[in-house]
Amino acid sequence: MVHYVSPPLDLSFAALADATRRGIIDQLGRSDASITSLADKFEMTLTGMKKHVQVLERAGLVVTQKVGRVRTCRLGKGGLAAEAEWIEAHRKLFEARFDALDDIISKMKQEVSNESAG
Amino acid sequence: MNQQVNDAGDVHNPTSVERRGDRELVITRTFDAPPSIVFRAWSQAELFRRWWVPESVPGGVSLVSCEMDVRTGGTYRLEFGAGGPDTMAFFGKYLEVVPNERIVWTNDEGEEGAITTVTFEDRSGKTLLTFHEIYPSSEALEEALQGGAAALPEQLEQLDEFLSSAGE
Repeated sequence: MVHYVSPPLDLSFAALADATRRGIIDQLGRSDASITSLADKFEMTLTGMKKHVQVLERAGLVVTQKVGRVRTCRLGKGGLAAEAEWIEAHRKLFEARFDALDDIISKMKQEVSNESAG
Repeated sequence: MNQQVNDAGDVHNPTSVERRGDRELVITRTFDAPPSIVFRAWSQAELFRRWWVPESVPGGVSLVSCEMDVRTGGTYRLEFGAGGPDTMAFFGKYLEVVPNERIVWTNDEGEEGAITTVTFEDRSGKTLLTFHEIYPSSEALEEALQGGAAALPEQLEQLDEFLSSAGE
């Protein structure tokens, strides 16, 4: 069972401040990959790649899973994606509320002007 | 004019939602009426209940009860239902109420609830409304971001969906 905890936004930004790590995210957006294949692709040592992946993992941007001797990386559901989704859901909820409030307010305005006219 | 048109073709001002730092959430919207009217629609239960759960929400979710005593030290209790016998309650206390200006309340239904402040600012006869939530810790906001994931009776699933997403 994978437990997703959205880490602070600062961690996401720090993780994405590095060009190699942005490249890794881009790569994982196309397909899951092992640390070894990522190291090959970005022409760096296994240890170097592991460090980058750890930073991305802490930020919730990447999830890794070890099967046998291979550690596979994929994009995480935490971090920026979860947050963007949540903000959009909140925006929609409050937009629906405030649209309804707008309608009530225009009726109230109408009543107020009727009262002052009468 | 910065306005947008919804599906029904009505023209409304935009609603903006923004996270500030790791503990705060801020929602703003401008209403074409003075603060006295917007404040009244927010502070009178019979008006508030007509918009807090908009009719556009599917699943028959509605406010089955809405008690609010909007004055400093007063309390509120909102109960949502989805047709079945189960309801979900939200309650707390008004920490500060300044008529036509601001309402501050606690959210006591869960642990580590946010403090909500809504302000009504006069902008040449219109109202800039700011809805601001501050959580006691960054973890509490993260918890809210993840939707809480509380176990709910089946009848309340739809309700939970509505409360955690917008009920698209």
